[in-house]
Amino acid sequence: MDYFTQQLINGLVLGSIYGLIAIGYTMVYGIVGMINFAHGDVFMIGGFIALITFLILISLGLTAIPLILLVVLLVSMAITALYGWTIERIAYRPLRHSFRLAPMLSAIGMSFVLTNYSQVAQGARVKPIPPVITGGYTLHESADGFVIQLSNIQIIVVITTIVLLAIFTWLVSRTRLGRDMRACEQDQTMAALLGVDVDRTISMTFVIGAALAAVAGLMYLLYYGLVDFFMGFVAGIKAFTAAVLGGIGSLPGAMLGGLAIGLIETLWSAYFSVEYKDVAAFSILIVVLIFMPTGLLGRPEVEKV
Amino acid sequence: MKAKPGVPSILKTAFVNALIALVLFSLMVGIRTEAGASGQLTYWTRFGELASLVAAVFGGSIVIELLRQWIGPSGAEKLVPPAVKSGMSFIGRYVAPALLIFTLLVPVIFYNQRYILDLAILVLTYVMLGWGLNVVVGLAGLLDLGYVAFYAVGAYSYALLATNFGWSFWVCLPLAGILAAFWGVLLGFPVLRLRGDYLAIVTLAFGEIIRLVIINWQELTGGPNGVSGIPRPSFFGIPLDNSDDGLAAWLHIEYSTTHRIVFLFYLILALALLTNWATIRLRRLPIGRAWEALREDEVACRALGINTTTTKLTAFATGAMFGGFAGAFFATRQGFISPESFTFQESALVLAIVVLGGMGSQLGVALAALTMIGGFELFRSLETYRMLVFGMAMVLIMIWRPRGLIGHRAPTVYLTKAQAISSDLVKEGHG
Repeated sequence: MDYFTQQLINGLVLGSIYGLIAIGYTMVYGIVGMINFAHGDVFMIGGFIALITFLILISLGLTAIPLILLVVLLVSMAITALYGWTIERIAYRPLRHSFRLAPMLSAIGMSFVLTNYSQVAQGARVKPIPPVITGGYTLHESADGFVIQLSNIQIIVVITTIVLLAIFTWLVSRTRLGRDMRACEQDQTMAALLGVDVDRTISMTFVIGAALAAVAGLMYLLYYGLVDFFMGFVAGIKAFTAAVLGGIGSLPGAMLGGLAIGLIETLWSAYFSVEYKDVAAFSILIVVLIFMPTGLLGRPEVEKV
Repeated sequence: MKAKPGVPSILKTAFVNALIALVLFSLMVGIRTEAGASGQLTYWTRFGELASLVAAVFGGSIVIELLRQWIGPSGAEKLVPPAVKSGMSFIGRYVAPALLIFTLLVPVIFYNQRYILDLAILVLTYVMLGWGLNVVVGLAGLLDLGYVAFYAVGAYSYALLATNFGWSFWVCLPLAGILAAFWGVLLGFPVLRLRGDYLAIVTLAFGEIIRLVIINWQELTGGPNGVSGIPRPSFFGIPLDNSDDGLAAWLHIEYSTTHRIVFLFYLILALALLTNWATIRLRRLPIGRAWEALREDEVACRALGINTTTTKLTAFATGAMFGGFAGAFFATRQGFISPESFTFQESALVLAIVVLGGMGSQLGVALAALTMIGGFELFRSLETYRMLVFGMAMVLIMIWRPRGLIGHRAPTVYLTKAQAISSDLVKEGHG
């Protein structure tokens, strides 16, 4: 039971990271109707930028960890957001009225560009950092000596996710930008006729998605203590699975799906086999898409002729 | 008509682009990190590279803006004089036979150049893969991102059957095709209800699952170490070696290792031509027409009483079968296979060949394979930059010619006269 609780905690933390990435997928799919295949790599870029900023700040002699983390978070979000904006501008906007598979293929190309750009610029080797946030709480110690740990970094990941999700929900439901986004999601032409700047709204969607992916990248860096140029691919597919599982286009769905995928992956590794954990995640993707393509909280897609 | 932007505006655009590039590259390029000997990360600056990149973006934006002015707004209809048009179609009619004759003569012309023969075999393997995937993507309009899975199934089928049971290549080749087709149907069944992007993601997941299973099922597949010592093919039972009953001794000619290469060349050429011939024949059958109809409009297909289930399944199975053949050939040519050869990048490469070739055009796919693999060879010395350039090329192709090199479709069925339709006019992938 204790072992299970510990795995549950680990799964929730992993799920929070997946959820943050999944939001980017779900928003873009909701508005533009394409799978932003490069989003996993945007997450990877976010991790790298966080790592580099962190290194520079440390070498400048800063010691206040909360301050460093805040600066790292802001820098990483800002630059990664610019990556998201640029990608949309270069690779997706010219294809908006092209045939349906074109943006998808362009996105695959963009994903290769980002992965290999990162490899060329920063080398192929894994980049480790020493643990930044240490310590934690012992929740429960059973008679046979098994300890349920809740580390500080786990708390930070979960809290950051909750705060961001709250801000984000407010943004989409209460602000002008959120209203524009929902309008574009329903009908781009009509929204444009009513004075919504569709191009700008779509750009903003990519910017926000990339910024959240950067947060996920930083969390990943802090939690696992390393980044490498290839981490975006698998994380991206899993986050996409999360978005589909939760119902693509739905924000709470993406978070819910992320948590579900994180839990399933952790529990699978704990009770079955670590080697096949990615197989498990991919199988879930297939099963979900086949048996409930609308996901947990999604709306059914209407087939128009 | 918008007034042409003047020099200040061009400079302003270039400046803004350079500024964006500066921010984008500042940390990723300007700073280089590396783990030191003790595992501690160190970093050093590379401001020179950063400056040259930003300068390149600045110069590049000016060039692009100027080109835009000269060429005019994108998407404008380009008027082609009828004489040029008829000349093009004249050339078009003879490109395919000329290419075929040239290909047949390649081993004769380049008999002593092992490198060119090897490259030609590689190109032909991708031509075959492209033609195989073309059945699924180009004809049936189903976006398959996991095609390499069938390639892997074919390769491992032959490798395992040959190394464990000692079966000959010619027995295993059909078996590899059948097994791959079986997996194609297995994948096809569940994904029938999906369309477009979802289908693409599921096939991608399927391809990854196959690869992960190959890596982890060590007892059967050898895991990451792969399968080695795969037997070389024989000339219908006559081995191509230096022994007394080898082909060279049998024909009373002097033995040379080039014999096997030439044999492999004609083998893959025959397999590729078989793929092409089967595809062309299938297109004239009701099933082929159903594929093309399915690509154009699935809803209309169903309304007309076409069984979309069997149509999709046969497309998957046919494409997978050719992938399996190519895989078996790959295994026998290499003599060694490992999961590393069957990554998502391979799927994307084959897909890029099909897309660049114009989705459905057999000649286009062959030309695209030649361009892509040839281009890859040119960049061989720049190993790390290869995939970077490949990704950029994919994006640029999508922007410049989303319909590929040969974007015209000659209808398979026509009333009195075949009339090529520009593929811009067909609404593909909306079904």
